[in-house]
Amino acid sequence: MNLYDWLQIAAFCTVLVALTPLLGAYLTRVFDGQRTWLSPVLRPIEIVLYRVAGVDQKQEQHWVSYTIALLLFHVAGFLFLYLLLRLQALLPLNPAGQGPVAADLTFNTTMSFLTNTNWQNYGGESTMSYLSQMLGLTVQNYLSAASGIAISLALVRGFARASSHTVGNFWVDITRATLYVLMPICVLLALFFVWQGMPQTLGPYVEATTLEGAKQTIAVGPVASQIAIKLLGTNGGGFFNANASHPLENPTALSNNMQMLAILMIGAALTNVFGRMVGNQRQGYAIFAAMGVLFLAGVVVCYWAESYGTQTLQSLGLSGGNMEGKELRFGIVGSALFAVVTTAASCGAVNAMHDSFTALGGMIPLINMQLGEIVIGGVGAGLYGMLLFVILTIFLAGLMVGRTPEYVGKKIEAREVKMAMLAILVLPLMILGWTAIAVVYPPAVASIANPGPHGFSEVLYAFTSQTANNGSAFAGLTGNTPFYNVAGGIAMFVGRFWMIVPAMAIAGSLAAKKSVPASSGTFPTTGALFVGLLVGVILIVGGLTFFPALAVGPIVEHLAMLAGDLF
Amino acid sequence: MDVSKLRKRMPVTTLLDPLIVLPAIGQAFVKLNPRTLVKNPVMFVLEVVTVLTSVLLIRDLITGRDDLWFEVQIVVWLWFTVLFANFAEAIAEGRGKAQADALRQTRAGTVAKRLLMNDNQQLYEAVPAEQLQSGDLVVCEAGDVIPGDGEVIEGIASVNEAAVTGESAPVIRESGGDRSAVTGGTTVISDRIVVKITSSPGSSFLDRMIRLVEGAERQKTPNEIALNILLVGLSIIFVIATATIPSFAAYAGGTISVIVLVALFVTLIPTTIGALLSAIGIAGMDRLVRFNVLSMSGRAVEAAGDIDTLLLDKTGTITFGNRLATEIIPVPGITEFEAATAALLASEADETAEGRSIVVLVKRKFGVINPPSDQARPIPFSAMTRLSGVDLEGRKLRKGAVESILKFVRSEGNNDAEPSAFRIAVERISRSGGTPLALADGGRLLGVIHLKDVVKPDVKERFAALRRMGIKTVMITGDNPVTAASIASEAGVDDFIAQATPEDKLRYIRSEQAQGRLIAMCGDGTNDAPALAQADVGVAMQTGTQAAREAGNMVDLDSDPTKLIEVVEIGKQLLMTRGALTTFSIANDVAKYFAIIPAMFVAFYPQLDALNIMGLQTPQSAILSAIIFNALIIIALIPLALKGVTYRPIGAAALLRRNLLIYGLGGIVLPFAGIKLIDLAVNALHLV
Repeated sequence: MNLYDWLQIAAFCTVLVALTPLLGAYLTRVFDGQRTWLSPVLRPIEIVLYRVAGVDQKQEQHWVSYTIALLLFHVAGFLFLYLLLRLQALLPLNPAGQGPVAADLTFNTTMSFLTNTNWQNYGGESTMSYLSQMLGLTVQNYLSAASGIAISLALVRGFARASSHTVGNFWVDITRATLYVLMPICVLLALFFVWQGMPQTLGPYVEATTLEGAKQTIAVGPVASQIAIKLLGTNGGGFFNANASHPLENPTALSNNMQMLAILMIGAALTNVFGRMVGNQRQGYAIFAAMGVLFLAGVVVCYWAESYGTQTLQSLGLSGGNMEGKELRFGIVGSALFAVVTTAASCGAVNAMHDSFTALGGMIPLINMQLGEIVIGGVGAGLYGMLLFVILTIFLAGLMVGRTPEYVGKKIEAREVKMAMLAILVLPLMILGWTAIAVVYPPAVASIANPGPHGFSEVLYAFTSQTANNGSAFAGLTGNTPFYNVAGGIAMFVGRFWMIVPAMAIAGSLAAKKSVPASSGTFPTTGALFVGLLVGVILIVGGLTFFPALAVGPIVEHLAMLAGDLF
Repeated sequence: MDVSKLRKRMPVTTLLDPLIVLPAIGQAFVKLNPRTLVKNPVMFVLEVVTVLTSVLLIRDLITGRDDLWFEVQIVVWLWFTVLFANFAEAIAEGRGKAQADALRQTRAGTVAKRLLMNDNQQLYEAVPAEQLQSGDLVVCEAGDVIPGDGEVIEGIASVNEAAVTGESAPVIRESGGDRSAVTGGTTVISDRIVVKITSSPGSSFLDRMIRLVEGAERQKTPNEIALNILLVGLSIIFVIATATIPSFAAYAGGTISVIVLVALFVTLIPTTIGALLSAIGIAGMDRLVRFNVLSMSGRAVEAAGDIDTLLLDKTGTITFGNRLATEIIPVPGITEFEAATAALLASEADETAEGRSIVVLVKRKFGVINPPSDQARPIPFSAMTRLSGVDLEGRKLRKGAVESILKFVRSEGNNDAEPSAFRIAVERISRSGGTPLALADGGRLLGVIHLKDVVKPDVKERFAALRRMGIKTVMITGDNPVTAASIASEAGVDDFIAQATPEDKLRYIRSEQAQGRLIAMCGDGTNDAPALAQADVGVAMQTGTQAAREAGNMVDLDSDPTKLIEVVEIGKQLLMTRGALTTFSIANDVAKYFAIIPAMFVAFYPQLDALNIMGLQTPQSAILSAIIFNALIIIALIPLALKGVTYRPIGAAALLRRNLLIYGLGGIVLPFAGIKLIDLAVNALHLV
């Protein structure tokens, strides 16, 4: 640990906090349908799109029609991507001559990109054609992120509106999210990355002659444009198999910082949008603060664990902390911070091998995901996930002050509690359920590379990452098998949509309610007390759910490590 | 205001009363019936698990096993957990049953004198009260018990309503007007009335009251349903968390016995709150009954805790309802003492409340006590002169309405008797909402007496308490806006409606509700009925009309409108107790994990003994201790569930901080100590 590392963490957080209200103000204008400085250019395109699609932008939808629109959109997206990958050998823009993708892998990959997970059981440069990358994966990167934003907005409108039957128009929300938010920022990001040395070309792979005279094929492609949305949309699916640790996918320390910022900025800004839309920015800051507390706790523990290393390393005279599986250009702080950022935000891009982290350092990403990807979280998904926990927190807090619980003027009643519980159930069901099967089902056990508790952590991580729609991998696990492809695909599907439908039901039910004016008997939800309670509820619910699994995975591994046993 | 400080008329039964505890133990077994228990999902799951474990135990007893003694103990404690939960509910119900039995006795064997013909009041037949139908006419004479709820259609009588209200002072019931309703089970003390029965058999006020205190009519309230959903959700999470453990163990090459898994599962699911949930609800209704308030539904009690606005009638609630003298202002040239003495003499013979209040005021201020002069000739008030007073030793002392006194003074020969100071004083009094009463000695104007509607001494504090609870108070009065504003500011209400008609009340309630507020009001008259029905919490006075009593969702047997404050507190207490015990129950799980998880896995992951931070001696004693703690905590918390968590109007944030500290932090810390102590005891007794 050293001061410069801490300063780097502080600087990163400062920039993120400063950016939040600025981007939040812009997003609020966009989704309220007001004019923005980009309107002169984008508005005509938007109108043409609506006209072509036959969408009446003034026509708002009931939560059920909103949800159906969203689901239909995803069905179409699934079919398109599935066919594209299966048929890529017959389609153009395939200079490397990639063959068709196997059925189970295609199922997994399609689900993965559809659900904003970007779990990759394949290596991009050896599996996907340029067309598959650009028209298939990149397009889904945009659309899955835009869907997340749309759902979170519907839920925010549920809180903000009173006695309303509608929660917005899905087609309008997803169009605006893509056109006004994701695309302009991505253009800037891509230019920045190209400046930092990232390739952006449709040309074939480069042949290079090494100093020893050997031939080396260097994979290139339209990297910068895909990386921009990979991060901004918290997708995380790398262009290269090595993801953000690949020198062409994350060339410098500066690009590393910009990537982390890109991962978190929309998720953070949406908390501000929430505050603005419910008429009190402090409500948004309270949620942001709860996320921030959990985030910083993760950063501190992970950075501490990694820079301390292990006693085994120290007894060998290696005092610089645990550098195994990390890139020298990022160092321990750049890797630990990236690991926390990417798992906090359901991004899943990795610039270091999480599998090589110390037991505690590696447990932080795991916990971040098991809490439900709400520590800032994926674009949109983080906010609606967090609001589900807010509902539970408010319910308990409300009871304890002797009033039917209410939040930003909305009474939280049986229906909201039911839906929130239903959504939260998805985490133990998919994560623990699939892990329990995978650690005893022989074909699945065969995929585990490391024995003992570390192998267990790998499986737990895989299903946690997929259920939480994160997509980062612990490595060490051979994922491209029929079992993991299918089981993972189901976990990703359920993890995404079993959350979305209850969240939408809550949006509809809240929007229809009257707004209750606050009184001194109302529990204030803008102060430190609320933030503390929210964090407490999240940790207790997460802790109680996953304590046994963590105990036989990373915790036992950590205790063994202290005793000198490594896995 | 602390609920416990207020008087209670119903007898308070102590927890250890054997009359309640003994039957409750029996009831605890009766309630094992799964059909009863299925209403409480958490406890039902517990019972199912316990039965399954018992079956396994029987199998093991037959086939034989190593640690049978341990298994037997776990199963026994599981059964105890279920029984303790049933016992908690039975105790809560038992307290109500004692009251219900007393009520039943008042009705047993009542004979009604049913009129044979509507127009002949002398011809009647004796029928058992239970056979009366709605619409029957009955005669009740002195000494008779009124056989059913109804309305007096003829006559006037004094009635002892102690059977329902606990108040033995008789009340007047008469036909017509707002005091025509009578309640079955009450006794006519004097005179004779004809009552038209308005309730069908089995649905009378007394029947409802009996069912209410017995808890038989209890239905889950909306909030209870929401809480149950939360508890079921948590239980499902724990099903998944425990059901996946055998597979994790198998991966590590170990096995975990079913009994240990069951022990983990049972300690994790929120049994504490699950066991006490219905007891809390019953106790809440019971508390209301103790305050002599009958709520027709638990929903109304919960709504009371959410009230934003309280509508109160001015007269009788905020003020005494009589105008009382508060000051005497002399005209220039007359001393205050002189004016006061004259006022005293003029009022000595005046027996009205206003007259008495003048005497009281003067005596309190000057202590002068003039022996009434023999020559004093009282002049009583007449509608013609609108004056009263006394003729005394040649003096003509008069008090009365300002214009009448001025006329009197002029008639006594003084034509410029009105000094500007007098006019200013009169105007000041009128403006403040008071009534000026002029005072004269023959042709000499002495001063003016300030009469006003005096606000009850403690209402201001009560309204302040309500404000701290976040409740806005609104005064309803027939007075003009000037008077209303003056009294409103003196009483400290937040708003008022002057010259209010019943329609105004209804309109006000609707407009507040449209803004999302919850309204409570109390009333007694038939014209209050629509507003009572519209309000979220409508408290009808027991002395009120049948229409009012049917429109409201609560009846206050004491007819005390400020009782709403207690009702609100009880509603809040109900929710708080649920919230506090839920938090406590969930927080307990942290310690239980630390007790059981190391014990569970230590055989194949010896490193996990590091998590045994309580230093529990053996894996078996750790598991047994956690189960025992889990069962005993239910018994330990029964008093709290019945008494309720104390509500303090200190603002929501402070209240939450306090409760979180006690029940959240306490809920995390306490079981660590508790399980450790039980573990010491278990080992000292060599139970494993």
